[in-house]
Amino acid sequence: MEYVISVLLSGVSVGGQYALIAIGYTLVYGILRLINFAHGDVFMVAGLMGIYLTASLPISLSLPLVIILTVVLGFTIERVAYKPLREAPRMSVMISAIGVSYLLQNTATYVTGGQPMTYPSIPFLSGTVNLAGTQTKWVVIITPFLVLGLVLALSVLINKTKVGMAMRAVSKDFETSRLMGIRINSVISVTFIIGSALAAVGSILFFTNYPAITPMSGAMPGLKAFVAAVFGGIGSIPGAVIGAFLIGICETIIKGLPSSWDVSVFSDAFTFALLIVILVFKPQGLFGEAATDKV
Amino acid sequence: MNEVLEITNLKVKYGGIEAVRGISFDVKQGEIVTLIGANGAGKSSTLRTISGLVKPQSGSIVFEGEDITGKNPTQIVSKGLMMVPEGRHIFPNLTVLENLKIGAYLRKDDLDEDIEMVYSYFPRLKERSWQAGGTLSGGEQQMLAVGRALMGRPKLLMMDEPSLGLAPIVVQGIFEIIQQIHEVGTTVLLIEQNANMALHVADRAYVIENGKISMQGTGKELLENEKVRDAYLGARG
Repeated sequence: MEYVISVLLSGVSVGGQYALIAIGYTLVYGILRLINFAHGDVFMVAGLMGIYLTASLPISLSLPLVIILTVVLGFTIERVAYKPLREAPRMSVMISAIGVSYLLQNTATYVTGGQPMTYPSIPFLSGTVNLAGTQTKWVVIITPFLVLGLVLALSVLINKTKVGMAMRAVSKDFETSRLMGIRINSVISVTFIIGSALAAVGSILFFTNYPAITPMSGAMPGLKAFVAAVFGGIGSIPGAVIGAFLIGICETIIKGLPSSWDVSVFSDAFTFALLIVILVFKPQGLFGEAATDKV
Repeated sequence: MNEVLEITNLKVKYGGIEAVRGISFDVKQGEIVTLIGANGAGKSSTLRTISGLVKPQSGSIVFEGEDITGKNPTQIVSKGLMMVPEGRHIFPNLTVLENLKIGAYLRKDDLDEDIEMVYSYFPRLKERSWQAGGTLSGGEQQMLAVGRALMGRPKLLMMDEPSLGLAPIVVQGIFEIIQQIHEVGTTVLLIEQNANMALHVADRAYVIENGKISMQGTGKELLENEKVRDAYLGARG
């Protein structure tokens, strides 16, 4: 029983971390219809910045700085690599995103020398607590609450504020939004800022759990978050969050099955098998809109 | 009367084709001016250029004495030029009320009075204020598109084919509203294929053919003009 609880807890926690990344995918897709392949690598760079900044600055300063610098990175990527291609075919933007992804991975390899770097232990998050008879890191307990809080704040922003209204308008119709006086580029920047900030928070939580960072560390969580976003219906925020929690929990359960069954190595395979099943049977995902053409 | 809008020798290339080939016209304070013409004559391109969606090749657009040629839509909207786009283009995922509010996106003052005003023009919208815009009927969507533009307190309201795809009775209603809006002092630039309706409400009208203005006059003059009757009003015995 204790084992089951600890597996579920860590599943919820991993799911929450995927959720923070998945929101970035789904937000950007909702507005630009772009799969931002660089998003997972932005997450990895946020992790590296966490290592370098905590080495020279106190935690209270370095963690906010990680979030700010990640936001600057996300904003800059959009302005430099995507904005000039606004009128170009969607395929060009996607290729540009793949280019940015490789640029970030290779820059990270250059800076770190390709060696795995160890994420610092953050006093409060890394501490352990005794819960239902099992030793659990605080980060595992905190993650779901923090994620729910952030998602709630985000949905208030999107549904109740003027900029959120503009985001919803732009996601449907660029041209008419411009006729209302909305500055499309500012709204797009806002989505990249939100997505990057959440990825930065996600990186702090995720790498506290899995402290080894390599230049490829963004790829796998990024891909899983992307699957989560597709599973929930890309473009939908609740969909991405629920998808991420489900994938996180399933994956941890598979990893936690008795070792005599020898299935734990299939946990990643499960995620991608899930992707195929969704794409075959429900391509629009749980909460996605059916692809209808405007009449 | 003062000129609100003055277009001089406007040329617009659109998808490699010269859609507007040197158009000049003006709209004076308090008028309803209409541009009529066949499909593809260059009416929509002209309006899209005035609203800043398309950059002109040459020529000038002067609004209230200020040159706005080549400015972006945000700058143009902020000067009080609102457009009701062709095909209505309300935001289907926003509620009716939000669709109205977004028309006042650049305004920072209180909107309640304006919302009430739009509701008084279109009581149907009030009944449906919490419904998603996409669930409205075509006629209601057109009302919403007009109401949304009015929320920007336009000095000049531009309408692109407001009658398109609507039942005759709904078209009648829309044109009555256009006249009401005009009576309270809003200047209107109207583009229509429904020349008969447009010429009846218009103070002045221009006929566009192949990207050029071929005729102009008061609405009444053009209604009685032989060529206009043959080409745009259909045979009426």
